[in-house]
Amino acid sequence: MTTLNSENQSSAGERLSAAIRASAVFILLIVMVTGFALAQPAYINVTNLMSILQAVSVVAILGAGVTITLAVGGFDLSIGAVAASSVMAASYSMIVWGLGVYETVPLVLLFGALVGLVNAFLIVRLRVPDLLATLAMMFLLTGLQLIPTAGRSISAGLILPDGSTATGAYDPAFLLIGRSSFFGVVPAPVVIMALVAIVLFVLTERTRLGRLLFATGGNELATRLAGASVPKLKTLAYVLSGTLASLGGIIVAARVGRGDVSSGASLLMDSVAAALIGFAVLGLRRPNVFGTIVGAVFVGLLLNGLTMLNAPYYTQDFVKGAVLVGALALTYGLGRSQAR
Amino acid sequence: MPLLRIDGLAHAFGPTKALAGASLEIRSGEIVALMGANGAGKSTLVNVLAGTLAPDHGTMTLAGQSYAPRSPAEATDAGVVTVHQSTERVGAPGLTVADALLLQAYADRSAPFFLSRSAVRRKAAAMLDNVGFELPLDRDFAELTAADRQLVAIARALSRRASLLILDEPTASISGRESERLYAILRRLRDEGLAILFISHRIADLNALADRAIVMRGGTVVGEFARPIDFDRAVETMIGRPLRTARPDARVVHGEPVLEMAGVQLVAGSTPFDLKLHPGEVVAVTGVLGAGKSRLLQAIFGTRTLAAGAMRLDGRNYRPTTPADAINAGVFMAGEDRHRTSLMPSDWPGSALAPTISLPHLPKWYPLGFLFGTRERQEAQRAIDTLGIKTSGPYAPMSSLSGGNQQKVILGRWNAEPSRVLLLDEPFQGVDVGARHDIITAIRASTDRATLIATSDPEEALEVADRILIIDHHTLTPALDAQRPAVAIEA
Repeated sequence: MTTLNSENQSSAGERLSAAIRASAVFILLIVMVTGFALAQPAYINVTNLMSILQAVSVVAILGAGVTITLAVGGFDLSIGAVAASSVMAASYSMIVWGLGVYETVPLVLLFGALVGLVNAFLIVRLRVPDLLATLAMMFLLTGLQLIPTAGRSISAGLILPDGSTATGAYDPAFLLIGRSSFFGVVPAPVVIMALVAIVLFVLTERTRLGRLLFATGGNELATRLAGASVPKLKTLAYVLSGTLASLGGIIVAARVGRGDVSSGASLLMDSVAAALIGFAVLGLRRPNVFGTIVGAVFVGLLLNGLTMLNAPYYTQDFVKGAVLVGALALTYGLGRSQAR
Repeated sequence: MPLLRIDGLAHAFGPTKALAGASLEIRSGEIVALMGANGAGKSTLVNVLAGTLAPDHGTMTLAGQSYAPRSPAEATDAGVVTVHQSTERVGAPGLTVADALLLQAYADRSAPFFLSRSAVRRKAAAMLDNVGFELPLDRDFAELTAADRQLVAIARALSRRASLLILDEPTASISGRESERLYAILRRLRDEGLAILFISHRIADLNALADRAIVMRGGTVVGEFARPIDFDRAVETMIGRPLRTARPDARVVHGEPVLEMAGVQLVAGSTPFDLKLHPGEVVAVTGVLGAGKSRLLQAIFGTRTLAAGAMRLDGRNYRPTTPADAINAGVFMAGEDRHRTSLMPSDWPGSALAPTISLPHLPKWYPLGFLFGTRERQEAQRAIDTLGIKTSGPYAPMSSLSGGNQQKVILGRWNAEPSRVLLLDEPFQGVDVGARHDIITAIRASTDRATLIATSDPEEALEVADRILIIDHHTLTPALDAQRPAVAIEA
C-alpha cells in the first residue's frame, strides 16, 4: 500500500542512484582499460585482448552454468570438480582408450550431464540442500578422478596401475579446440564462449523456459501452482550446469594437452565470483548470463593489466576478492532506500 | 476513570485511510471485543496501541497519562501487551517451553549470561504461577498445541506489569474445548483487574467473554453493544447494511453440474460429503482456520489427494495429481496469500504485472518457446482495462501496486484463459473496500464457469456468493442459501 505511487514519487536522486548502479561496472571498465592502455600501450592491442578473452573463456562458461543454477534458486559447487575430472576423462579417453575427438567430446559432455543428473537427483528427489549435495559431489569427483591412474597425471606413455603402458595419444583434432584461431585472430575457446553466452542469454531472457527457470528460483510454490514442473526445471538447470562445466574441462584439456591432476583448482571460485559480479552489471541484483560474462571479462582485464604492470602473481586472489566485495557492496548497498 | 481513552485516532497508508478518527474507552477489569470487517481498521488500531505504528492524528491516554508508544518495547513498559494471532513464532522447535517463556529475558539481558537448567525451570515456573497456567515446561515448544502456544504468549506478555492485554483472534486456530480453558483463564485475569481487548468474530467468544463489543467500519467506531450482545445487529453494523439484502441478485442455478464430488473425505476418518458446482454460480465455503477450506480447494486443484471419494468434471472422471493436470482440464486456482502462492519477489524476473499474468499461460501463448511478440502485453492490457487495475503500465513492477490491485492482477491471470472451475482461496486478503467491490463484480461477471471461494470472513462470503457452504472438521455441512447465513456461520 505504501508504494502505491512509487512510479511518480521516485525522486531524481533515486533515479540517479539506479542509473549509477546500472552503469557502474561499465564506467569502471572504461576507466580501467583507459588507465592500463595509457600506462602500457601493448595492453590494448588485439592479440593481448584476445589472449585475455581466451584466458577467461573457461571461467565464463562455468560461470554461465552457475548462473543457471542460481536462477532456479540453487547453487552448484561441483562445477570446478566436474571441469577438472572432465580434463582427466578426456585425457583418459584418448590416451588409455585410444579414442578420437568425435568419441571423446560427446563422452565427456555426457559425463558432465550425468553428474548434473546425479546432483539433481540428490537435490530434487532426496531433498538434500543444494550446497551440501554439490559440495559432497565436489569431494567425490575430486577423489574419483585420481583413481583410474592411481593419482598420476595423464600424458602419452602413461604407466597404468596394472603396469602396462598406455598406447594412445591426444587427437590433434581435439587439440584444435583449445589451440586454433579463427582467421588467425579469434581463438576457438573465445568463439565457444561467445556461442555459449548467446545461446544461454537467449534461453534465460527470451524464452518461456528461461522465464520458468527464474520463476522457480523466485517462488517455487507459485511456479508449481502455475502448472510448471519444478523438479524438471531444477533437473534441467543442474544438467546444463554439469554439461557446461565439462565443456570447460574439454577446453582446458585441449589447451594443456595433458591430464593434470591439479587442473581446475581455482575454477570454482573464479566462476562463482564472475556470476556474483554479474549481479552488479546493469544493477539487476540477480543472476544473469550477460552480467556473468561481463564479470568474467572484467576480472580478466584487471588481472592482465596488473600483470603487465608487473604486479606479483600472488596478489591476484586479493584483487579478485576486492572486486567481488566492491561489486556486491555496489549492488546491494546503493539504492537501498529505494528497495524499501 | 477509564484505563485507556482513545480520541480521534487517524492513520493513512498512502491514500487509504485505515483509521479515520476512531475513539473508544476501555476500563480496568473488563473484556472488550473488537469487531470489524476486513479493512475496518482493527489491526491498524491494534498496531498503534502496540507501538508498531505511529498515528497521524489523535491522542491516547493510559491511566490518566498521555500514551504515545514509539516502539513495542515502550508499549510493554507502559503496561500494554499484545499477543498476535500467529503464535508459532513465540518460540522455536528445539527450545523447551521454559526457554520459550524466558526468551524475552534472554534477549533483553535481564537473564544472567550463564544459565543452569534448574534456574531456567524455576524462573519459568514462577512466570506460569504468576498467571496461574499449567504447561509442560520441559516439552519441546514445537509439540505444543495452538492453544498452549497462545498460553505461552500470554504468560510471557503478562510477566511484565501489564494493565491492558490485547489479543488478536485468540481462538482462531484452537478447538472448542481449548477455547473454554482460555475463556476461564481470561475471565480470571479480568476479575483480577486486567483490561482485555480482543479481536474476534465468533459468537462463542462474544457470548462467553465480552462484557462489551465495539464495532468498527471504515476506520471509525460505528457501534457499541453491551451484554447481552445482539450478534445479528453487531454483524449488520459491521457490514453496514441489513443482512437480508446481503446478495439480492443471488442466482439459483440448476442443470448439469460442472464439478461433482461424491463421498469425499478430505482427511481419513472425516465425515464424507458431496458437492456440486454449477456453471455460472459463485459458491463460498467458509469456516474457521484449520476447518479444511484450503484443503478442499487444494484437493480439487490436485495438490492434495482425497482420502476417499471421486470427482467428475463435466461428467468425466477427474483425478488430478498435479496443478498442471488441473490447469489442462480447465480448473484454475489462485492460492491463499498472493505473495506466497502467486508472486515473484520484487526485482526478480517475472515480477512485473504482465509476466505475473502470463506465467501459467506461457505454453499456450508462446508455443514455440521464444518470448517474441506482444501477446503478453496485450493480455495484460486487457486485464488492466477490464478489471480497472490502477498501474503505470503492463510492465509496472507488482510491488508498485496496492494490495487490491495486486489481487486484481491475480484474478486477471486466471481470467485470461477460459476455465471450467475457478478456485479462489481468500481472494480478499489485504484488499481495500473499493477494490473488493471491483473484484466481486469481476468474479460474478462470468457465466459459464463455476467459482468456488474459500474465505474465513462470513461477511465476505455474504457479499460475493450465490450459495454459502460451511466447512467444519473437514466436512461440509448442508448448504444454506445466502438469505439467512450469518447466525449459522458459527454452527
